[in-house]
Amino acid sequence: MRWLLLKDLQILRRSPLQAFLLIAYPVLIAVLVGFAISRSPEKPRVAFLNEVPSDARVSVGTSQLPNIGVSDRICERVECVHVKSRAEAVDEVRSGDVLAALILPADLVDRINSLSTPSPSTPRVEVIVNEEDPVKARLVNDRINSLLTQANLVIARRISVEGGKFIGLVLNGGQFSVLGQTIQILGLRNSARILTALRPALPKGPLRDSIDQVLQFTTLTRTNLGTAGTLLTRLTQPIAVDKEVVNASTPPLEVFAIAVAATFTLAFVTVLLVAGSLALEREENAFPRLTRGLVSRSALLTEKVALGVTVGLVVTLLMLAGLALFVPLHWGRLGLWLAAIVGGGAGLGAAGAALGAAAREVRAVSLLAFMVTLPIAFLSLIPSGAVGPALYDAIKLIAALFPFKPALQAMTGALDPAGPSIIGPLLHLALLTIAYGLLARFALRRFTAV
Amino acid sequence: MAVLKAQKLVKKYGAREALRGVDFEASAGELVAVIGPNGAGKTTLLSILAGISKPDEGEIHVPQGDVGWVPQQAALYRRLTVEENLLLFARLEKHSDPQASTEEMLELTGLAERREEIVARLSGGNQQRINIAIGLLSRPSVLLLDEPSVGLDPRQRARLWEFVAGLAASNGTTVIFSTHDIQEAERYGRRLLVLADGEALFDGSPDELREAVRREAPEAADQDFETAFVAFLHHRGH
Repeated sequence: MRWLLLKDLQILRRSPLQAFLLIAYPVLIAVLVGFAISRSPEKPRVAFLNEVPSDARVSVGTSQLPNIGVSDRICERVECVHVKSRAEAVDEVRSGDVLAALILPADLVDRINSLSTPSPSTPRVEVIVNEEDPVKARLVNDRINSLLTQANLVIARRISVEGGKFIGLVLNGGQFSVLGQTIQILGLRNSARILTALRPALPKGPLRDSIDQVLQFTTLTRTNLGTAGTLLTRLTQPIAVDKEVVNASTPPLEVFAIAVAATFTLAFVTVLLVAGSLALEREENAFPRLTRGLVSRSALLTEKVALGVTVGLVVTLLMLAGLALFVPLHWGRLGLWLAAIVGGGAGLGAAGAALGAAAREVRAVSLLAFMVTLPIAFLSLIPSGAVGPALYDAIKLIAALFPFKPALQAMTGALDPAGPSIIGPLLHLALLTIAYGLLARFALRRFTAV
Repeated sequence: MAVLKAQKLVKKYGAREALRGVDFEASAGELVAVIGPNGAGKTTLLSILAGISKPDEGEIHVPQGDVGWVPQQAALYRRLTVEENLLLFARLEKHSDPQASTEEMLELTGLAERREEIVARLSGGNQQRINIAIGLLSRPSVLLLDEPSVGLDPRQRARLWEFVAGLAASNGTTVIFSTHDIQEAERYGRRLLVLADGEALFDGSPDELREAVRREAPEAADQDFETAFVAFLHHRGH
């Protein structure tokens, strides 16, 4: 078997384009994924123009809120590209250097302050986007909506805190500064105490009845205003999210992205190579000569799967090494990586052997391998809830019948230190390897026809 | 003494009978041509003798592991060199000294100087020589060649048959080859087996075949041998 393996590697070496693609493809995938991960999608580039005067403050009533640092808060959420004018912002968006431009106009704070006046005007911010494609447009809209919600929430919380202070002042009394002057506020509680102290000194009659009415009013108002503060706070976030994680094995996004890239590479290299090299035995008319007693059909299949696993292992490790330039990987888990790659490679190689035995020509086999592997790989990535329950069940069944999904699960588990055990996926892969091996062995009967 | 013997061979592909009770045997050093029109069952007979496919009925006695087979289309790896191909099959056949066996075949086929050339770059004739050399690697006592001269020019054909005749004459190898070229069979075969529609119509020397043709199709006796042979087949209902 080793001579056949050596022969296949020699043939691979003699096919520069094929060998180049086998190396270039995973390197390209690694670089793309690496860039995608290192340029986190959580921080899109946004041109930012803040025309609001630095000393402008949002006022509530006659008092001003402290500076809430709108610029800093926005630039925490996006990668801000500060521009000096609206025209520059438009150029940045048009050129594609930034996803969008956000302009805070000079009158923004004045308009916010007008909300508490008899003639309010709507505060507006300007957003410039380049909706050259629908996916980008949706992404930008989601980001802007999220930013505005965040900004509104921050302002609302500030207002509620300040409003709460005013209610406290009305209830309990205290000092209040306006136009540089400090005013002493008596407050309802103190007023009631004074009136309660005065009441016994008054004779029974209309005056005392009036004081009783005022006392009753202050008690009622204090009770109701006491709940107003809490109500005001709740208004800023009436619905709280109580999140419970039921499946704690979800890997970090970058680990999952690397696992997907590595499994894609392993799948294509292994399936195409095994299917192609098996079909080549037929195309070169060597199959009958080999199986006349030199090599058994089972040994030939095993050799092809071993070829796929060997090349797949080298290429996938090269790819992971490339990705390690962008994202720190846990090389201490190399043993698990090898187990996942070998297990995945064996399952995918066996599937490739079944495909290779089903077709007669290398070209037809290559096309078939692409047509089968690509859609099943994408189906395997569809998360639950993205489609209807019945369709998802069907997708889950299809994905379970092809080795891509368990290979991805094994790879994810191997790469993620906090991930689940890879034993389950490896057992699944072992079953699929046997099943596809038997299928390939059966399909090889067609090869015998002279 | 027969080194190869087949009795009442029947092979069916679905409803079609490719061989209908064919008897055949060959002795050491014989050079036998299996002739007949397309679809006569020549390749089927050779593939059964080679052990590639199994007959549905009948018995076959061949020297175990001692039959070299050379398929019609060259069965070798075109992206490997001449030497790599021979060395691979010598290793797969578990020769004690694969390199020595390879050298021997390179000398025998006259391709020693082209040993490092990629097979795909060689002419069809040279590819066929390697194809035959691989079949000869095990030094078989019986060599089966399925239409070995197809696609070769006259000069390459002459060299091929000189090579094959040398094997039978000097090594005592039994050579059985199929062809649909009657003149080639008559010229190089010492014995002819005529197949048509899966039936063995004739088994004897070229002279005996000429006599049979003259006897059964006298109207074509003065024509060239190929025309007379076609008349003979027609007379036999094929």
